[in-house]
Amino acid sequence: MATMKNEIDFLLHLADNALIIGHRNSEWCGHGPILEQDIAITNIALDYIGQARNFYQHAAVLINQEPTSFGATQTGNDLVLPATEDSLAYLRDVREFKNLLITEIPNGDWAQTTLRLFLLSVFQLQLYTQLLQHSDAQVAAIAEKSIKEMNYHVKWSQDWVLRLGDGTEESKQRMQIAIESIWAYTGELFIQPEFATAACINYADIQTAWNKKVSAVFEEAGLSILSKTFVQKGGAEGMHTEHLGYILAEMQYLQRAYPNSEW
Amino acid sequence: MSFHINKLYYGDYGESKNGAADISTNQNNAAEWPLWEVFIRSKQGLDHKHAGSLHAADAAMAIENARDVYTRRMEGVSIWVVESKYIHASNPDEAGALYDPANDKAYRHPTFYDLPEEVKYM
Repeated sequence: MATMKNEIDFLLHLADNALIIGHRNSEWCGHGPILEQDIAITNIALDYIGQARNFYQHAAVLINQEPTSFGATQTGNDLVLPATEDSLAYLRDVREFKNLLITEIPNGDWAQTTLRLFLLSVFQLQLYTQLLQHSDAQVAAIAEKSIKEMNYHVKWSQDWVLRLGDGTEESKQRMQIAIESIWAYTGELFIQPEFATAACINYADIQTAWNKKVSAVFEEAGLSILSKTFVQKGGAEGMHTEHLGYILAEMQYLQRAYPNSEW
Repeated sequence: MSFHINKLYYGDYGESKNGAADISTNQNNAAEWPLWEVFIRSKQGLDHKHAGSLHAADAAMAIENARDVYTRRMEGVSIWVVESKYIHASNPDEAGALYDPANDKAYRHPTFYDLPEEVKYM
């Protein structure tokens, strides 16, 4: 039973990460620095929303099989059964969201947006690669589909880190400021959540690969990594920054105000 | 009294004669990325067809942008890009001399053969 609850929580963690970073990227829609890049980041946002749907759908199936094992993660009147991808996305409250803090911090400028996406997607690519070995075939299948998208997210965001880091004086400065403002949220990536108990997951390996990739790109871009910094953490346990509430308010408003409305 | 007329060709963005955005010489366009023409091959065996144009800082970015702008709906398996300023076009004023002589030469059309059903894309 505990295993099932862990798997459900882990799926929600993956789904929440994808949903919230997808929402953040979607905020650029119509505001991108140039039409082509506006389309690019919106495509990436849609990739993430698609991944979130896949994880939520699978989580919903598992929850509905064993509703009791899920009840414990709900704080009260928010438990909606049968669970659906929509109920999981739109009817859970801040404290039940398990996304990493790095996904919810504001976009900032283009440098911060692309750097955050780079740091996060390198992590997600590693994690999804491990999930290919997951004992649940559905999880492995979702990971396999998502890896193709994630490869592109890494490539796209990495290009921007290089371009801005190795660009003009101003772009380099903006990228360095972005590093300083985001770095405190990178430590949380490698703290294994209690519910991440699947045998195929090894956070130490993810961290090694992440460090290698990020330092290689930073070196090429002429950027410096912050060696030591305070680690902001707690997202996986539902302890979020003040920013997530605003995201959920905007995202969930319609379903909360007009329950079961459709269009 | 003399007028200076800016004649703009396809691919030119506000420049008098340099072709597409030449950011090295034109201060007005210093912030403007050059224009690129995009050619997409829709499937193996077919040729690349002109899909449109877009702005990008360099060739690598142009290919990525083309991927996002022109292949979102599974339109392609291969992308070519070329900076628009390297495209040389025929002059519309010479259309008469260039194309009209072909009007009455129907024998140039390969319409006198029967094509087997199996041959596609002709």
